[in-house]
Amino acid sequence: MEIPYEVSARPDTGLYNAKFGMWLFLASEVMLFGGLFSGYIFLRLGADPGYWPHGLLNVPVGTFNTIILVISSMTVVVAWAALKLRQWGKYKLYMAITILLSILFLIIKLTVEWPQKFEHFGVFIKPESAAKYEQYFGNERLAKVGLPPRHEITGHLHEVEALKDGKTEEVKIESWSEVTKLEAEGSKIVGYKVAVDPTYADPNNPVHDHPSFLYPKPTEKIATIEAADVDTIAGPFYPSHSPYLAVYFTITGLHGLHVLGGIVVFSYFWLFGHKLYRKNPEHMANRVEVAGLYWHFVDLLWIMVVFPVFYLF
Amino acid sequence: MDTTIAHSHDEHHHDDHHGHDHHDPGFWRKYVFSTDHKTIGIQYGLSSLTFLFLGFCMMMLMRWQLAFPGKRLPVLGDLLANLFPGQMPGGIMSPDFYNSLGAMHGTIMVFLGIVPLGFAAFGNYVMPLQIGAVDMTFPRLNMASFWSFFAGGMLMMLSFFLPGGAAKSGWTSYSPLASTADQAGLHIPGFLGKIEHIPHLHIFGSIYLDDVFGAGAQVLPFFNGQTLWLLGMILLIISSLLGSVNFIATIVQLRAPGMTWMRLPFFVWAQLITAFLLLLAFPPLEAAGLMQFMDRVFGTSFFLPSGLVVQNVPVHISGGGSPLLWQHLFWFLGHPEVYIMILPGIGIVAEVVANNTRKPLWGYKAMVGGIFVLGFLSFIVWAHHMYLTGMGSAVSAFFQATTIIISIPSVILLASLLISLWGGAIRFTLPMMFATAFMPMFGIGGLTGIPLAFNAIDLYLHDTYYIIGHFHYVVAPGALFSLFAGVYHWYPKATGRMLNVFWGRVHFWGSLVCLNALFFPMLLQGMIGMHRRWYDGGLSYPLTSNQHVMGLPGIEWNLEMSIAAWVLGLFQIPFIINFSWSMTHGEKVGTNPWDATTLDWDTPSPPPHGNFTKPITVYRGPYEYSVPGAEKDFTPQSEPEVPGAAPVPAPAH
Repeated sequence: MEIPYEVSARPDTGLYNAKFGMWLFLASEVMLFGGLFSGYIFLRLGADPGYWPHGLLNVPVGTFNTIILVISSMTVVVAWAALKLRQWGKYKLYMAITILLSILFLIIKLTVEWPQKFEHFGVFIKPESAAKYEQYFGNERLAKVGLPPRHEITGHLHEVEALKDGKTEEVKIESWSEVTKLEAEGSKIVGYKVAVDPTYADPNNPVHDHPSFLYPKPTEKIATIEAADVDTIAGPFYPSHSPYLAVYFTITGLHGLHVLGGIVVFSYFWLFGHKLYRKNPEHMANRVEVAGLYWHFVDLLWIMVVFPVFYLF
Repeated sequence: MDTTIAHSHDEHHHDDHHGHDHHDPGFWRKYVFSTDHKTIGIQYGLSSLTFLFLGFCMMMLMRWQLAFPGKRLPVLGDLLANLFPGQMPGGIMSPDFYNSLGAMHGTIMVFLGIVPLGFAAFGNYVMPLQIGAVDMTFPRLNMASFWSFFAGGMLMMLSFFLPGGAAKSGWTSYSPLASTADQAGLHIPGFLGKIEHIPHLHIFGSIYLDDVFGAGAQVLPFFNGQTLWLLGMILLIISSLLGSVNFIATIVQLRAPGMTWMRLPFFVWAQLITAFLLLLAFPPLEAAGLMQFMDRVFGTSFFLPSGLVVQNVPVHISGGGSPLLWQHLFWFLGHPEVYIMILPGIGIVAEVVANNTRKPLWGYKAMVGGIFVLGFLSFIVWAHHMYLTGMGSAVSAFFQATTIIISIPSVILLASLLISLWGGAIRFTLPMMFATAFMPMFGIGGLTGIPLAFNAIDLYLHDTYYIIGHFHYVVAPGALFSLFAGVYHWYPKATGRMLNVFWGRVHFWGSLVCLNALFFPMLLQGMIGMHRRWYDGGLSYPLTSNQHVMGLPGIEWNLEMSIAAWVLGLFQIPFIINFSWSMTHGEKVGTNPWDATTLDWDTPSPPPHGNFTKPITVYRGPYEYSVPGAEKDFTPQSEPEVPGAAPVPAPAH
């Protein structure tokens, strides 16, 4: 029992089944990421002035990742063309490049970009206590220049002051898990010593008025922050830290899962495609075409939406 | 490429057993992991009927609490107390359990019952037959779709047995409640008093309330009802997406030669539009579900506002989120969802009415146009579920306008079905009885919705029993009746046997009377202001309000309504017995017991693998009944010439 139009196109639509199905699926994907991005818009518009961070992302690395994805979209088309021209060797080569580039994208995301954030620390200061930290905020000057006040001190966490059984102890911190361990043991964190980012080491320098494309590197200057002055969250740049990071990790995470899905499918076609190619090369070419169509969507989503929205704005 | 001929191995017997080894896939590939749309349709059908039954049982339990608030449920109460520890102490329903039943009743009926039955079950079984196809375009995807649905359903049912019970934040799962409910340290004790502490997982900063309370909850951090609800929903949404891609691709690509768009049976049009709604409306809920999952498991604040306080304790979260965001994303699906529930049923009623009046559908073209407009408009009315959120008058005016306008295509559909009865030679077969009852019942449901379109009226009626009465009229004596019509209509096609007519009539009349006795008073209860989701049946209500409307009592009706619900349950028993008994003992029928014109009746009952035993070409429209001068009072779509009748005009498209 054969299903019609699996390989050849139906005359009135000009499409074979899988291509039509993929376009439909992509329509639903537009709605999925559209839902997430409307969430982003909603949250950003609803944020109080000064509470939506900028300059938290590494733009050069992000740009590099963008270029990788664009090239992989091109190589997958060459791979498909090779199949249409019945050049199996060329297909294998270009499909391999596509797969490697996609894996590189994920590696950079998971070993550079995300961990860079997990190591970064941020503390929101209560508005009524902000005056105490004026040396880091420089809010007087910001008010004069017409910019919203700063509310958060960011940098790398060096030490915490832990209170346990009435005794205060200063503990050197290498990673956040040590802090959660301290809390689980019954200590209460009463102070944070943070090696601040350049903005807070020199807050009145106009160069810091606008976000930089380069990722902030903590300075030597240490700020001591009392737990009583902490507004909502004192912690690493986890999704729970702020709505910005929540939506960033969710969207890049979901996008990353889609990249992974693409890698799985491409790898399957690379490893096991020869049998179908021998039986019905046009069918094999169609499969790669449809997967490539999906890949272009994932790519386009990154280039047109994820990258500009998060990295450039 | 025309490959609509089935291999005719099994033309000599009418059941599924293939005698030939090279075709025999074995029990598991044939009945469990099948890619045949008919098998998958039956799998969906049996599963969704079971889920409907389970959701119904939950409702019957809730009605006990409403009729006898705080009273011990005899016999069954002790059984449930053992089955769900802590939920029914001493056989008395706890408020948490009532809320769980309410949330899961809604979820199960909507997502595991009505939609899978109307769309996935009937659509899968009937649609490929009606367009003359051998199967769906993507049979393996179809199978994946069913198993994803099944897994999602199992997760939902499993959640009842987890510590803390099933989700209890309503089928609408509003945040902040749904983002924080069942969280270790946040679980509201209810009647349970002090509860044991379980150290909770610190994943990326969860909600730190253990240290504040000094006691956690007996609820597990990840494997709790509310989180599992989200996981279940994600699986169900994936199932819907795969299914809808399949349906649209099949209808567009696999129509038999001669099956032009305007020769499609209306059922297929209805399935097409429903598939588009599923495809485009579900993903925003998937996005929202993912975000709520992040809130619960990773401690984000997508939907949690700054300054959130739970049980008098400020919650340690970043804040900055928006509960409104959840509502918008949920109802963006939520509204198309209700059209997804009704459209397949309207398609079924159209088929049954044309067949049992022995005349074409009145206004087929208008119905097709209407259903397109309905589908489009359904995407821009969603905030009429949110009138009380403080929206401005401009936004409110927009949604009031679109909501009123959407009643027009709905009326076009219902009116066309009604007018189709005029001048017909009506046969009151069982499907026809359900289809005819559908019309006034859906009418009541739809008309009671009109006042709700207006902000000013909704201000009073929102979250009252009026709403419950309204939507249950549309979905119970409305959609469900149309689905019953479908069951009685296509059962002979799927099994080769008829359902017993006497017991079918018992099922029909009992259900019709009880449904009205149950839901009509709800409309009145709502008008006197009785609130929905009160676990005590509104006991405290008489203390604050005038409980009478037009001299009629309100709260006291709860007992009669509960009795109606339980009697309704009794009347489903004949249906359940009829359904299984008739499979082996029902009256045997041939290919076309209803003398129908559409292609699904042009193949043996049940159809063989590959669907058709001859090449199919379509020569005429779907409802050529009572063609003047013709010998028979019906002409199948695949019939080239009708002896005695005028020649068929060439199709315009």
